[in-house]
Amino acid sequence: MPDNQNGGRHGKPETGAFFARDRAWHPPAFAPGYKTSVLRSPQKALLSLDGTISEITGPVFGHSMLGDLDNDLIHNFASPGKSAIGERIIVHGRVLDERGRPVQGVLVEFWQANAGGRYRHKKESYLAPLDPNFGGCGRTITDEEGRYWFRTVRPGAYPWPNGVNDWRPAHIHFSVFGHGFAQRLITQMYFEGDPMIWKCPIVGTIPDRRAIEQLIAALDWGNTVPMDARAYRFDIVLRGRRSTFFENRPEGN
Amino acid sequence: MVQDLSTLKETASQTAGPYVHIGLTPNFCGIGGVYEGDLGASMVNDKTLGQRITVTGRVIDGAGMPLRDALLEIWQADAAGLYNSPSELRGTADANFTGWGRSPTSDEDGVFTFETVKPGRVPFRDGRLMAPHISFWIVARGINIGLHTRMYFPDEAAANAEDPLLARIEHRHRAETLVAAGQAPNYVFDIHLQGEKETVFLDI
Repeated sequence: MPDNQNGGRHGKPETGAFFARDRAWHPPAFAPGYKTSVLRSPQKALLSLDGTISEITGPVFGHSMLGDLDNDLIHNFASPGKSAIGERIIVHGRVLDERGRPVQGVLVEFWQANAGGRYRHKKESYLAPLDPNFGGCGRTITDEEGRYWFRTVRPGAYPWPNGVNDWRPAHIHFSVFGHGFAQRLITQMYFEGDPMIWKCPIVGTIPDRRAIEQLIAALDWGNTVPMDARAYRFDIVLRGRRSTFFENRPEGN
Repeated sequence: MVQDLSTLKETASQTAGPYVHIGLTPNFCGIGGVYEGDLGASMVNDKTLGQRITVTGRVIDGAGMPLRDALLEIWQADAAGLYNSPSELRGTADANFTGWGRSPTSDEDGVFTFETVKPGRVPFRDGRLMAPHISFWIVARGINIGLHTRMYFPDEAAANAEDPLLARIEHRHRAETLVAAGQAPNYVFDIHLQGEKETVFLDI
């Protein structure tokens, strides 16, 4: 293994604070085009502070908690011998940090609508039917190179109450842990070539077009499995960790 | 031209949306049989050291309404002030305490609940001790990037008075938004997203 479980290079876990978050790259809390954010956005300035041990540490999850089908949404909710309906795809990529280093051994969770654009949730009222063989959740832990992969069906687009005629482009939600609690991230993955990405008010909360493009998974023809499933590649970048050049030594030593 | 730093940009956040529970607490929202249980539902066991406490609260929007579709995670030190993490180099944390919990807000009254232990004190970057605290992270529909904050304890007035983070809050009355109500072992920590009582959120 090139790095230990915590990403350190020399057998020692890293303890540097994380790079400051580039708040202009992320969506602002208050984004009135996404109406629900209006009453749910803090209005006062955040208190900015270099990370302490409470933020540079974080929980670790072991492979032992994973079931065999946790990263197979086509089968993890299906009756024996059955599978979810829809376009079969494989989604894979790496979790890296801003330094380009793989973030290994971290939990990645994902959830999505079924092929018709319907979520399995009691608050969901879209006309499209549930698929009795599709639950919509999965999870995995990144390997030594920060890689993850899962199998699913391509989710459908669906309408949602915001503007009169707003639709979400096909997307998969991702929740990612890093090695520190301050790296915690939830985001959404979109699909290459979908014209609806650019009409979506939730996508539109992100001010920088390049930041949106970073959320669009590329069709990965090379990794497409013939006669089985197309592959999409989606890399995720977490905050980088500062080097501890002088911090571990008291002044004067 | 100068040398290229070759750094990447952090992936932009997107809202967790209304159906975050499908992914993070599927059993809670009726998707059974995929995972054995919901992750983070239990932080302690019979052997966990320290004083058992319960933390409940609500996340309240700008119209005064509790969010019934939010999800919270907490991260804290064990009773001795050690984190259960590889980056904790000061000692070994209680193996019977995860330090991490996850709770949805109830879809009836919007209340979240954590059964945990009271954390010990941990050092600030310069070595001074911080007051006992629990780190919170809140996501929901309408929240575009997860909100970080901390809960401090109402029965730790002396420690709170010397806490370096609380001391950084310029408007002193706002520091109170980070101190829970109630008393041991039942603490109440309401989080206000907006308004007079808006909680101090952290860029940390």
